[in-house]
Amino acid sequence: MRHRYRWGSGIVLPLLSFLILTACSKNNTETKPEPAKNISFVKPAGFPEPAYRLADNPVTTDGFALGKVLFYDGLLSRDGTISCASCHIQANAFTHHGHDVSHGIDDRLGTRNSPPIQNMAWSTTFFWDGGVHDLDLQPIAPIENPVEMDDKMNNVIGKLQRNTRYQQLFEKAFGSPGINSTRTLKALSQFMVMLVSADSRYDRFMAGKETFSEEEKKGLALFEQRCASCHQPPLFTDNSFRNNGVAPRPFGTDSGRYKITLLDEDLYKFKVPSLRNVALTAPYMHDGRFGSLESVMNHYDNGFYATATLDPLFKNGFSLGDNDKKALIAFLKTLSDKGFITDERFAPPPGFVQGD
Amino acid sequence: MKQNILLFSLIAVLASCSKDSTTPVTDPNEKGVVVLEFDNRAGTDDLILNNQQYRNAAGEQLTISAFNYYVSNFRFITATGKVYTVPQDSSYFLIREDVKSTAFRTLYNVPAGDYTQVKFMIGVDSARNVMDIKKRPGDLDPAEGGYGMYWSWNSGYIFAKLEGSSPASTDAQKQFRYHIGLYGGTFNNGPRTLNNTREVTLTIPNNGKAIVRRDRKAQIHFFADALKMLNGTTNVSIAANPDVMVSPFSAKIADNYTQMFNIDHVHNE
Repeated sequence: MRHRYRWGSGIVLPLLSFLILTACSKNNTETKPEPAKNISFVKPAGFPEPAYRLADNPVTTDGFALGKVLFYDGLLSRDGTISCASCHIQANAFTHHGHDVSHGIDDRLGTRNSPPIQNMAWSTTFFWDGGVHDLDLQPIAPIENPVEMDDKMNNVIGKLQRNTRYQQLFEKAFGSPGINSTRTLKALSQFMVMLVSADSRYDRFMAGKETFSEEEKKGLALFEQRCASCHQPPLFTDNSFRNNGVAPRPFGTDSGRYKITLLDEDLYKFKVPSLRNVALTAPYMHDGRFGSLESVMNHYDNGFYATATLDPLFKNGFSLGDNDKKALIAFLKTLSDKGFITDERFAPPPGFVQGD
Repeated sequence: MKQNILLFSLIAVLASCSKDSTTPVTDPNEKGVVVLEFDNRAGTDDLILNNQQYRNAAGEQLTISAFNYYVSNFRFITATGKVYTVPQDSSYFLIREDVKSTAFRTLYNVPAGDYTQVKFMIGVDSARNVMDIKKRPGDLDPAEGGYGMYWSWNSGYIFAKLEGSSPASTDAQKQFRYHIGLYGGTFNNGPRTLNNTREVTLTIPNNGKAIVRRDRKAQIHFFADALKMLNGTTNVSIAANPDVMVSPFSAKIADNYTQMFNIDHVHNE
């Protein structure tokens, strides 16, 4: 029963209590429905233009609401147990905290660490190997992956089409009846592009609204010097693919970007991840091998495994002193965005039970 | 006399059945109908899924359980070199051997003319592979019409799929799977990936033509030989390569499928 969330169970209890309440207090005029919060996409100051074509799929309050329900609904998986949110938990910046690789349906294990869902509107590719180039196409992969949700898109669309609650939600979101894959994917995109993290202590510091400790200031200076060429602010990624010298596993080596391009120069390269909320998204690297930021710092202190495609930055040695590591970690923690991980607009709908 | 009448009526019947003598096109706005029929074959024989044994050029015995492919971007060419390009939005067809209704595709509003050649793409062009999902309905919908012919983890269509089993397969279940796609994508203007789309130009045999007029229907009957995915410039050995999907070897199978199609004949009704 873990992870299970269905519309039925989600509304029966509130509906029941509503009926009881209204039955008991007939004198009340009418219970006012909670006013719908108007949802719209806002580009944070200093952020570049989004890569996602928002003009083709403008975020609306009802489209976002539908996307959110889909995101939290196990109906998108073969047996109803796994939703997007099973492996993308808001409190951990929409990652699967504590899992090196995620376990999906029937506790089958994947091969890669689930990345955060944040600032998707600026992402030019998706997944560690960048195999998907359009946010609208992204959800098909986990839905159909046998170790994740293990369903088939056409089957999921069928389940949605037969669900009267979804029939209403789709009509509300798109202005006419009808459930199809385009609408489903566009609604999920509307929810995902709204997951914007741009209000960390770092952002406030840069805006002059926050102070940093000496150690955090030192970490910021070091970061700008040593790390920012790949982890470029304000997104903290340059959206490129690089081999950062993570040692290949003796069995089942993941060739990374090469799987997509078949170019030798892309062997063992993975997408440069954003470092926003990095302190909340352990473990680290494409396979989640490092459990702490300290281990990550030790990796970047000459811990590289040399292959032909190792990034030039690391080829001639790259070291960090102990004090530098501490300062960098102190800085990285300023990238945690409390508002983002507690924003009620993104929180699970009533009735959703988070698994482990 | 009786014989003459019989002969005369016979000629009349024949003439009405095969409208070979046609009037030249005078109205530049005249349009007609073309039907494309895709008839899947195995060598000289009709393709029978699952139960029929075949042998490839490498000498391996096999049965075929699935044979699907995309054809797109159709152009019709007259003997004088005039080209009609089918509007691209209605020019993508997924043919599935197990879904008979996919074999016949009707094109309306084809300009009147006597066409002698057909040019088309095997696969789905790169532009359509990266187009917004709402521009990809029907056969191109990865979740519905195009189901099973799309890589979700490496966004793009599978252009041709051949699956089956063979005692020669080194796969544990004695299966083979050939899923050929890749459209030559690029990232940050970097090098392009493998492009396994292929263009073919086929000539209607025996100096035949597809006669398109307002009051007629031309049906072009294509053959697609499934075994030619394995036989051709590279004779694919199921023992050596039981599974070919996203790999450099896929280009060899794409070269093979370039030779997979021919026009067998045209019905002009």
